[in-house]
Amino acid sequence: MIKFLLKGLLRDRSRSLLPLIVVAIGVMLAVFMRGYINGIMVDMIEQTARFNTGHVKIMTKAYADNMDQAPNDLALTGVSELEKNLKNDFPAMDWASRIKFGGLIDVPDENGETKSQGPAMGIGLDLLSGNSDEAERLNLGRSLVRGRLPDARGEALLSEDFSRKLDVDPGKDVTLIGSTMDGGMAIYNFRVSGTVRFGNTGMDRGTIIADLHDVQEALNMHDAAGEILGFFASGYYEDETAAPFIKSFEEKYTDENDEYSPVMLRLRDQEGLSLYVDMTKSMGAIITFIFMVAMSLVLWNAGLLGGLRRYGEIGIRLAIGEEKGHIYRLMIIESVMIGFAGTIVGTAFGLGLSWLMQTYGLDISEFTKNATTGIMMPNIVRARITPPDFYIGFIPGILSTVTGTMLAGIGIYKRQTARLFKELET
Amino acid sequence: MHDNLIIKTERLTKRFPMGKSEFTALKGIDLKLGVGEFTGLIGPSGSGKTTLLNIIGSLDIPSEGKAVVLGQSVGNLNAREAARLRKESLGFIFQTYNLLQVHTVYENVELPLLLLKYGSGERKKMVQDALEWVGLTDKIKQKPPQLSGGECQRVAIARAMVKKPSLVLADEPTANLDAANSHNILQTMEKLNQELKTTFLFATHDEKVIAYLKRKIYLRDGMIDKIEPIADDK
Repeated sequence: MIKFLLKGLLRDRSRSLLPLIVVAIGVMLAVFMRGYINGIMVDMIEQTARFNTGHVKIMTKAYADNMDQAPNDLALTGVSELEKNLKNDFPAMDWASRIKFGGLIDVPDENGETKSQGPAMGIGLDLLSGNSDEAERLNLGRSLVRGRLPDARGEALLSEDFSRKLDVDPGKDVTLIGSTMDGGMAIYNFRVSGTVRFGNTGMDRGTIIADLHDVQEALNMHDAAGEILGFFASGYYEDETAAPFIKSFEEKYTDENDEYSPVMLRLRDQEGLSLYVDMTKSMGAIITFIFMVAMSLVLWNAGLLGGLRRYGEIGIRLAIGEEKGHIYRLMIIESVMIGFAGTIVGTAFGLGLSWLMQTYGLDISEFTKNATTGIMMPNIVRARITPPDFYIGFIPGILSTVTGTMLAGIGIYKRQTARLFKELET
Repeated sequence: MHDNLIIKTERLTKRFPMGKSEFTALKGIDLKLGVGEFTGLIGPSGSGKTTLLNIIGSLDIPSEGKAVVLGQSVGNLNAREAARLRKESLGFIFQTYNLLQVHTVYENVELPLLLLKYGSGERKKMVQDALEWVGLTDKIKQKPPQLSGGECQRVAIARAMVKKPSLVLADEPTANLDAANSHNILQTMEKLNQELKTTFLFATHDEKVIAYLKRKIYLRDGMIDKIEPIADDK
């Protein structure tokens, strides 16, 4: 009987082609949208993690309470020892001390007079120790526009737009004017080794990046750092894995009565990212559900039309002794076949589109020019193909065809045999 | 006589709802049909012949009275039992052939055997036999749109006969055929009636069909008007 059904489906395109096209388009969109949105959200989260939050971040309690101000007067001290301990306690993670700071960048002319000035946000990170992934993590090599990365103390990178604005080229000196950890005035000279463009409007507007030790020296933060960022070896934030780390860290390091004792925060607990993390997790299910409902509605109608067209066939099958339930079941089996075929086609196209989007991306820099959120939007958004993309389409694909057929079939099923039979004659 | 009966109706009445009132299509029909008959229900449109054929074919149930077909009371059968009766013992021939357009002649004739779960070898032989009876062995791979009306109706006869049913119900089987094809079809059915002893019950008002019938049951306004006794074989 299955062979009989298959022959019917293959030969009667009006019966199989429309549902197959609907399923294929729906699944294609579902797979693509899932990969695309997943890509955007993971990119946003990872970009934010790399530049700002880490997958987990360690700070003093007091610093954490005022995190958005990057209050270096509340920074961690004895960080080299703490970092060493962290490497022992959490060997699966990569740890990196950083100092975020703000200040004024002053560019002198040939006479030492101020030529230009501009406010900058700065990051001090380990660029020179030789055993740090920080330059790679921030993609500094590929972000380089002019010059080179710092390879000696006293060198710094400026964001390209900022350097153009200040009219300072690689090889020239700039002065950081800021405040030290203990509230004094900090003045420190850097030589611009190169310029970078991150593809993030907020960062490109005015950033200076220097080696951690230079920043420690500039801000009088010897063996201190505002934050120690932890990154999972997988390169992706793992929400479930992070939770027990917090507990384990707090048990060993946190003293509730000491506001300078270190605390650990997960990525989701920073910058209002919890919603994004939850959305990323449930996005696949949301998209699958939306497309399943939409396709079911279309396929319900397609099924009704198909059912009307097949009254003759159904009538004759009833007349020769096939039970209504059997006909109904076979219609559902047919819909599974169509759903399966449509899903394969749709998944192939959806993955193809996702691959293109993953490889080439979409430049959205125009839309993020004035972004001011804590979440860092990449300028080029890309899809991200993950293993579920290869099979997730089968859920809306098959469920929608089956649901559509079941809904459409109920009308036929409930109809009196003689009535159906009579309609077959007219 | 009773052992030889294939259909027996007693005070068979069928009413259909029509808005708030009811329309009575059959009014107390008493009828007996023996094995091997070649009989017709004759009457104008609205006389109740198709309704009676539907009840005998277990596609509908009586509102009152009884219809016993092959020893089973149609009114007492549930949907599954009615389907089994149709599947195993009844064949249907329709005015509009009702062949499955995307399936070949072979597949159309094979369908009842698929439902009866015959093995493929057995099915093949039975389909071949049925197509031989109707003279269509050369059209086995063709599809209905490639056939003439007469050929389509012969496929429908083969489909009805392939499982060798006890009773074939034919509703206006020649209505869409010209005279030559009608005679051809009727001769085929007559031959099958004689050779296989299959009982045929027609619903018709076509004179060409009436001429072939051995017994004629005239219906008018849902009642039996008259019954002409079984004629001698031609």
